[in-house]
Amino acid sequence: MIEYYLESGEEMRIVEHPILSFEKQNELHFTYNGKALIGYEGDTIAAALHDNGIMHYSNSIKSHRPRGFYCAIGNCGSCNMRVDGVDNIKTCMTPLKEGMVVESENAEVTIDA
Amino acid sequence: MRERDLIIVGGGPAGLSAAKIALESGLSVTLIERAHDLGGQLVKQTHKFFGSKSEYAKTRGIDIAKILIADLEAYSSKLEIYQDTTVLAMYPDHVLTAIQGRNYMKWKAKAIIIATGASEKFLAFENNDIPGIYGAGAIQTLMNQYGIMPGSEVVMVGSGNIGLIVSYQLIQAGVKVKAVLEASDHIGGYLVHASKLVRLGVPIKTNTTVKRAYGTTKIERIDTVRLDPQWQEVEGSEESIDCDALCISVGLSPLHQLLSMSGCEMIYINELGGLVPKKNEQYETTMPRVFACGDVTGIEEASSAMVEGKLAGLMASYSLGYEHPQFETLKAETLHQLQNLRQGPCGIKIRQGLEKAGEAL
Amino acid sequence: MIRRIGYADKELVKTKFPSEEILVRPKAIIECYQEIPCNPCETSCPFQAITIGEDINHTPVIDYSLCTGCGMCVYSCPGLAIMVAQIKDKRAYFKIPYELLPIPQIGETWHAINRKGEILCDCRIEQVMQSKKTDRTVVITASVPQEYLYDFVTVRKRP
Repeated sequence: MIEYYLESGEEMRIVEHPILSFEKQNELHFTYNGKALIGYEGDTIAAALHDNGIMHYSNSIKSHRPRGFYCAIGNCGSCNMRVDGVDNIKTCMTPLKEGMVVESENAEVTIDA
Repeated sequence: MRERDLIIVGGGPAGLSAAKIALESGLSVTLIERAHDLGGQLVKQTHKFFGSKSEYAKTRGIDIAKILIADLEAYSSKLEIYQDTTVLAMYPDHVLTAIQGRNYMKWKAKAIIIATGASEKFLAFENNDIPGIYGAGAIQTLMNQYGIMPGSEVVMVGSGNIGLIVSYQLIQAGVKVKAVLEASDHIGGYLVHASKLVRLGVPIKTNTTVKRAYGTTKIERIDTVRLDPQWQEVEGSEESIDCDALCISVGLSPLHQLLSMSGCEMIYINELGGLVPKKNEQYETTMPRVFACGDVTGIEEASSAMVEGKLAGLMASYSLGYEHPQFETLKAETLHQLQNLRQGPCGIKIRQGLEKAGEAL
Repeated sequence: MIRRIGYADKELVKTKFPSEEILVRPKAIIECYQEIPCNPCETSCPFQAITIGEDINHTPVIDYSLCTGCGMCVYSCPGLAIMVAQIKDKRAYFKIPYELLPIPQIGETWHAINRKGEILCDCRIEQVMQSKKTDRTVVITASVPQEYLYDFVTVRKRP
């Protein structure tokens, strides 16, 4: 039995806001480089990772510099990761789903046939 | 291949406004949006809008998005909306291809409106690629759409309206804003936004920019440097600020790619944010019956994007022989609205840009 | 100067205040120092006391003989740049817009803050108003000694 947990505790998620209201959604379970983590319905993969305190998603191909997201609306490609075995998924745009396997892309990626 | 009267690429303030007018004119419309939600950047604008009543002034951006979406409900039989769908190409015969997940789709339209919006500019400095260095829009998305704070202590680079507004929104979300840096000698955005921050104790440092970032897998600290009137670094003026996120808000540039690669004539105009399509008074690009409106034609406020969307919707419908029942009135009203939004001192950049593009105000 | 520091100094602030005799009744103080395309203050005033005119870039002009200090412009201004001020029993009373948490409660003592973000003194929370019309902008009434009439701009929770 794998135990899923929220890496950073709760501090990244906004509980109270003067203008917006965020209702707590159902828990989802996913893995990031083998680590079992918790996210919530409605999160994108990038949002769920960030909530877990994870800002480092992958490494650049040539110099292996750490990469996180930059634009969060699908323009820049900085947040691309391998999701359920498929390379180059824009994690900032892709909704988190139960059981997702999310991995860093640390080398040249393949074009999925 | 599906055939439609009008395809609109982009479901932000411009695209949604264009759709409403085109539907009112009697066209069948397909609206394609890359993101999951319609509304574009409006869905993360928690502040009350400026402008006048016609552009929903004093309504919060998040609620304007809801109004624009609800406005389309009455026309559901003539309107199809594709969300999570990215347009891949546009051809001279008005064929559009797109992908939704793994579905490839193809349409042929009589007219097309491109309302793809803009993307955020980046800034060159040492270690600018460390995770935790985010665009201002990204922080808004994370915070106002998904309810997640970008960090606990943030430094903002850029004091335009977006930089100032996002700084205020960070404070509303419970994040400490340690400083706003501005490279020029004055605040770029509206003074009222700046005053809101200063009274909350946020220092706005003019003539100052970020020099380098520190951190291995996430940002931990930055060095700032002062700039002299010639924008040269002042020696010995470096200062360190600890932070766990750095927000870059140094402007936007039009998302022109679809227009550029389709062969529309483009012009580079600095005042409009970059490469924009050449267009005539009917909002038509150099490709016949391909129209463009909103930030893709020049960076402005969302208020102007809504008005431009209406105009492009009017003109696209007219070009297909569908004259809106209130064509003349609406045209006069919207042109007047645009003039009103642009004619003050804050509109000088857009006026200069439009002049360079050879367009009248 | 204001475009470099981001706030109005006292001299500039005073230009937006009517005389202290007029302030025995509550009056709107509109701190709009820059021509921006915006006119909700004009359209929200039920007494036509605020004029911007056909060009919405003009800064608002207020007619104090018509202003009742009702405060509708306070929550209508997207720039949170309007407050209502009144002098009563050697104290200055203000209605200010507030959009942060926690929301002050009537009877509490908070810090009074100036335009630079500095603490002036303690202030008393007299009234807290929010409704559907204010649309999540809370209108706080706070009072400070009259000497801070031209300094006070907002409140901050004491640690």
